[in-house]
Amino acid sequence: MEPVVHLRDAVALLGRFPALAGIDLDVRRGEVVLLRGPNGAGKTTVLRVCAGLVPVVRGEAVVLGHDLRRDPRPVRRRVGLLGHATGLFDDLTVADNVAFWGRAYRAGRGDVEAALAAVGLAGRLRDVPVARLSAGQRRRTSLACLLARRPELWLLDEPHAGLDHDARDLLDDLVRRAVAQGATVLMSSHELDRAVALADRTVELAAGTAVGTPAAPAPSADGPAPVAEVGHVA
Amino acid sequence: MTATSPARTHGGTTDTTPHTGPPAAPGPEHTGSPATRVLGLAALAAVALLVLYGLVVSPPDREMADAVRLMYVHVPAATLLYTGCFFTTLASAMWLWKRTPGWDALAETGAEVALVFAVVTLVTGSLWGRPTWGTYWTWDARLTSTAVLTALLVGYLALRRLDLDPDARSVRAAVLGLLLVPNVVVVNRSVEWWRSLHQGSTLVRLDPQIEGDMLVALMIGFLAGGLVFAWLMVHRFRVAWLAQQADRIDLDAALAARRAEAAAPAERPAPAGRPAGEGVSPA
Amino acid sequence: MWRDATLVAGRDLRVELRSRVTANQVAPFALLVLVLFAFALDPDGPVLERATPGLYWITVLFAAVLAIARSAAIDEADGVRDALRLSALHPSGVFVGKALAVAAELVALELLLGLGVVVLYGAEPAGVGLLAATCACATVAVASTGTLYGALVSGLRVRETLLPLLLLPVLAPVLIAATRAFEAALVGVVADGWPWCGLLAAFAVLYSVAGALAYGTLLEGS
Repeated sequence: MEPVVHLRDAVALLGRFPALAGIDLDVRRGEVVLLRGPNGAGKTTVLRVCAGLVPVVRGEAVVLGHDLRRDPRPVRRRVGLLGHATGLFDDLTVADNVAFWGRAYRAGRGDVEAALAAVGLAGRLRDVPVARLSAGQRRRTSLACLLARRPELWLLDEPHAGLDHDARDLLDDLVRRAVAQGATVLMSSHELDRAVALADRTVELAAGTAVGTPAAPAPSADGPAPVAEVGHVA
Repeated sequence: MTATSPARTHGGTTDTTPHTGPPAAPGPEHTGSPATRVLGLAALAAVALLVLYGLVVSPPDREMADAVRLMYVHVPAATLLYTGCFFTTLASAMWLWKRTPGWDALAETGAEVALVFAVVTLVTGSLWGRPTWGTYWTWDARLTSTAVLTALLVGYLALRRLDLDPDARSVRAAVLGLLLVPNVVVVNRSVEWWRSLHQGSTLVRLDPQIEGDMLVALMIGFLAGGLVFAWLMVHRFRVAWLAQQADRIDLDAALAARRAEAAAPAERPAPAGRPAGEGVSPA
Repeated sequence: MWRDATLVAGRDLRVELRSRVTANQVAPFALLVLVLFAFALDPDGPVLERATPGLYWITVLFAAVLAIARSAAIDEADGVRDALRLSALHPSGVFVGKALAVAAELVALELLLGLGVVVLYGAEPAGVGLLAATCACATVAVASTGTLYGALVSGLRVRETLLPLLLLPVLAPVLIAATRAFEAALVGVVADGWPWCGLLAAFAVLYSVAGALAYGTLLEGS
């Protein structure tokens, strides 16, 4: 079956800097893949490339059947990116934000309400301006915006950061439910215990490549011990 | 103008970025060349001829006396100002279409050279006003619209000078540059229309009736201005082009360097408790 | 595209409604400028009266720069640009929506300033049809031009100073035309003013089209 994400020797530039220096990555439908690596290794860039926001200049890059090198734009409607930034309007309420982004992503009102309920913001908090929320609550609002669009591919950049324990459980639960409904998840995290438990397998990144692939053989003994690909979902 | 990036193959796929390529050969020490030397000499000769004709040979105007001699510089300067703006808009449009760096350099060049001629236009126009009307500035249509145009150019160049990712800067500058000529046209039309309401037929005539030797002097003015314009454009373009070349990366080298980071262990901060090194005296 | 425009215009106006910056800060600023002009130009003599059309439009332009800066700032919030690119919104729809929101705010400002000019400068409204048409065309012209230039400087550290430098020379023809039209309506022959109104309309069309076409490029490339 066609992999949802297929990167082969992909090179992506941020300005003049090769953030991705030839990365191989394959993600099959229904998988949850965790990206690990030190800061600056390119985890965020991989997610943004899969979202169609950062162009790939060399190699192969096919996501959800769309060739990103030819035109990255069609893939954008089908993915959901939860990044470091909130993407919210501080002056508007939670409900306003999710409603706006829901309609911007062509979601129905039912999806918007369901999303708000799923993250626990459908009650008293829905009419609070985002500026007055805590960081964790804002994250949940961004998550609701993602849920409303029901993406086939979830791209989560350090999703557990800033969430309290209950919210983290909530996120894990939502991820599992989405996967059960056929979504695929690619995420980066420093929350190793929780993330590794959630993930089917882990890919280690270093300096813009995936460790253990032709572009970047395993580092020397001085370096951090790589986490080899752990288990494969048949 | 060789502005295309070489197509490179790597494992069967090609490189699509416009700012990669083999590193430029060590830069030339100056932007001159045999062609520009000829051009420069021709420009100098034309300017000398203009001085001769303008100051000596051509007669003073019936109405404006010697001040008319400024016209031989003022009118060509205004025309070349518009020419420079035209280059900028054309190059901006081409850049948005083709995305090759040479067009970006040409857009910047056009605007800078246009600004030079804008200042010349304003100064000569202002100097012309003094003996004629007794004031340094008059809200004559051409001067006024040139002043607004100067503001547009200054704004464009301010945008160009921003400390920004070069690609982002090029996009914004291209959109702004594309609008330059339409802005100029609209400004010119509205200012002319406006001033035509207020000015009688005799009060302001920046374009006197000219004939004979005066016409010749004006033509020489155009010639000299045109040659100076071309010379400035070529040199400024080369400077911009070289600056862009310096900015290009050799993608393979950058990739190799990036991958080497993976092999070498990252710098790790010394664990707490270890002495900072030699020279730390005990408390 | 129009659906997207309505969505974005609604969002921008809702932001204004919640934050009330235009109402509470820009409008008082505009009235203050009118008052300052009176300090600078002897209000007892004829100067203020004769200069009223020009002063009115200069004040509108200054207030417009502020309103446009606010409008652009909405989409500069953290991560919003990415989210817009990822959404299904047409960039031209976003542009039209933002321009419509700015236009609505400007109309309110113009009405308020019109009242201010009548009260403070003793202007007598006449040729109301021409006045209204001029305001309508000039508003669209300023709003669409401003939204485009607001996007041009969006996200830059220097945008507060760069925006007026870029925008005001471009709007010089709007100032000229609108002032002449107002002069014709208030003190001159009304028929003289309509051609100027036509110029404003042409300007508005030019920049509406230019903005709708260029907004997508700016959204992607910057």
